[in-house]
Amino acid sequence: MTLAEKLLSKKAGRPVKPGEFLLLEPDVVLANDITAPLAIKEFREHGGKRVKYPERVVLVPDHFTPNKDIKSASQVKLMREFAKEQGIEKFFEIGRMGIEHVLLPEEGLVKSGDLVVGADSHTCTYGALGAFATGVGSTDIAGFFLTGKVWLRVPESIKVHLTGSFKEMVTAKDLILKLISILGVDGANYKALEFLGPGVANISMDGRFTVSNMAIEAGGKAGIFPVDENTIQYERERGIEVEPMFPDESATYVREISIDLSTLEPQVAYPFLPSNVKDVTEAEKERIRIDQVVIGSCTNGRIEDLRLAAEILKGRTVAPHVRCIVIPGSQRVLKQAIKEGLVDVFLEANCVVSTPTCGPCLGGHMGVLAEGEVAVSTTNRNFVGRMGHPSSKVFLASPAVAAASAVKGYIADPRRL
Amino acid sequence: MKIRGKVFVFGDNVNTDEIIPARYLNTSDPQELAKYCMEDARPGFGRRDDIKGAIIVAGENFGCGSSREHAPVAIKAAGISCVIAKSFARIFFRNAINIGLPIVELKEAGEFEEGDVAEVDLENGIVRNVTKNREYRIQPYPDFLMEIMRTGGWLEYCLKTLKE
Ligand code: SF4
Repeated sequence: MTLAEKLLSKKAGRPVKPGEFLLLEPDVVLANDITAPLAIKEFREHGGKRVKYPERVVLVPDHFTPNKDIKSASQVKLMREFAKEQGIEKFFEIGRMGIEHVLLPEEGLVKSGDLVVGADSHTCTYGALGAFATGVGSTDIAGFFLTGKVWLRVPESIKVHLTGSFKEMVTAKDLILKLISILGVDGANYKALEFLGPGVANISMDGRFTVSNMAIEAGGKAGIFPVDENTIQYERERGIEVEPMFPDESATYVREISIDLSTLEPQVAYPFLPSNVKDVTEAEKERIRIDQVVIGSCTNGRIEDLRLAAEILKGRTVAPHVRCIVIPGSQRVLKQAIKEGLVDVFLEANCVVSTPTCGPCLGGHMGVLAEGEVAVSTTNRNFVGRMGHPSSKVFLASPAVAAASAVKGYIADPRRL
Repeated sequence: MKIRGKVFVFGDNVNTDEIIPARYLNTSDPQELAKYCMEDARPGFGRRDDIKGAIIVAGENFGCGSSREHAPVAIKAAGISCVIAKSFARIFFRNAINIGLPIVELKEAGEFEEGDVAEVDLENGIVRNVTKNREYRIQPYPDFLMEIMRTGGWLEYCLKTLKE
C-alpha cells in the first residue's frame, strides 16, 4: 500500500483502494476566518445545535487578523462566539496564534497518522508529518459539525523519489517549485504526492512543511512524507510518540518522478502560475525590477526561513525603492526570531516586521500591491490579482532569493550578492 | 436534471482568486458574493442581467487555487445553472457537488463559443450544443456523488442519511 492508502485504511478500519468513496471521522478539523463563518451559517441553517466533536475542531482567525475592517471583525466575532457556545477550546486569538498551518504542527495539534480535513486548501501541509491532510470546503466542515463525518475518495499516488542533498542556498521551496514545474498546476489533480527515497532524510521538518504545503499548487490532494527518525524526533519534542511509517515495497504508483536534490538551483515562479518556473540565474539576467518583498506565510514563515533571510540581510539594507515585509508565521516563531536577534537584523536592514497574519499573501491587508507593482514573495500563489491589483505581478521564491532580491532591488541570486 | 442556457466562455486555469477575489471575502452573503462572481476574469460579469440561467464553459483545471467555497457559491447565487469545463480542480469540484451546483467535465468544452446555447442532461450523461447541433456523451457521476446531487447537496444528504 502507498502512504495514502495506509493512512486511509487505518481510518476506515479495512484495506481501501484508489477510487473508493469513504465516509470517515477525521481526527482534526480546521477552519479559518474566511471559511468558518460560512460553515457556521450552513450548520445553523441545517438545524445544527451541538457540534458533534467540539474537541476535534480547530478555529484559527489568521487571514484578515488583526482585523482589518468592520466586516472581517464581525466574521471573527461570529467564530469566537460560536467557539464559546460549542465548547471549542482550540480557538486562537491574536497574540497566541499563528498562520494555521504553521500553528497546528507547532502546537502538536496534528500528528503523524492523523486524518485532517481543513477548509483551507493548504491543509495538505501536515502531510509533512505523515498525516493524511487535505483541503475541503466550508460545507464539508458544516457536515462534520452535524455528523462527525466527511466523504473522501481514496486517491491514486504519485511517487517523488528523492536522492542527494541541497546545495548551499537551495531550499525545500526550490524543490517544490521545480516539482510543480514538472507536474504542471493540475498534474497531481485528485492524486496524492508521496515524497520518498534517501533524499528525504536530508530535508528538515521545516523544509518538509514547505514541500507538503505546495502539493496543492500541482493540484495534489495531499503531499505526504514517510514517518522517519526526523519526524519521530519532531513529535517527541512535542510530547507525542509515533511509529515509523513507510509505503510497502509492493505499493502501486500511477507515476514516478526522480529528483536529485544536489542538482537543484534556486527557482523563481513567474506570474501568473506557480508552474511558470525558471532558475534564478536566468531570472537575474532579466533585471526584473521589484517594488515589494514578502517573507513569511504558511509556506515559508517558519524559523529556518527567517534564519536564512536574516543570514542574507545581515549587515545589508533593502534597496531604496523596495518595501520588504517580514511576517513570522506564529507568535512562537516571532518570539524565537527576537531571541535569536533575527528581528534586529530585519529592522536594521529597513524591513517591516509584522505580527503573524496571512495578510499580503492573499492581497488581504498589510502590503497589498497597487496597479502594475511587482513583488517577490515566499508565499505559494502568484495568480492574477492574488496580492492586489489584477495588473500587479508576483514572483514566488525561497526566503534566500526573496532576501537577496530585496537588497538588490531586482530578482537576484543569493549566491552572488 | 435537464439544464439549458446561454454559454459564456472562459479559458484554462481559471482560479478561485479570479472567480471571487479575496478583497470581497470579508462577507459570506451569497447575494453580495454573486455581484463579484468572475470579477477578475471578466470585470462586471456578476452584475450583468443576462447571466441568470446561463452556463459557464471553461478549459482545464477550472477553480484551482484556494478552497474558498465562496467561488461556487458566487457562481450559483449569480444564477449560473451549470459549469462545463475540460477539467476541474479537486476542491472546486467537491465544493460544487457539496452545494448542489451542477458541474460537468467535457473534453470537448473547447468546441463551444460565446453565445451558443447548451443543454445538459445529467441523468443520461449527455451535453448538447443546441446552436451548433452537436451532441457529446459524458461520464455520469459516480453513484455516491449523484446521490448527493439528487438530494440537493452534502448537508441535505447528511440530514437525510447520516444524522441519528
Ligand atoms: S498564508 Fe496565504 S496560503 Fe497560507 S493560509 Fe494564509 S492566505 Fe492561505
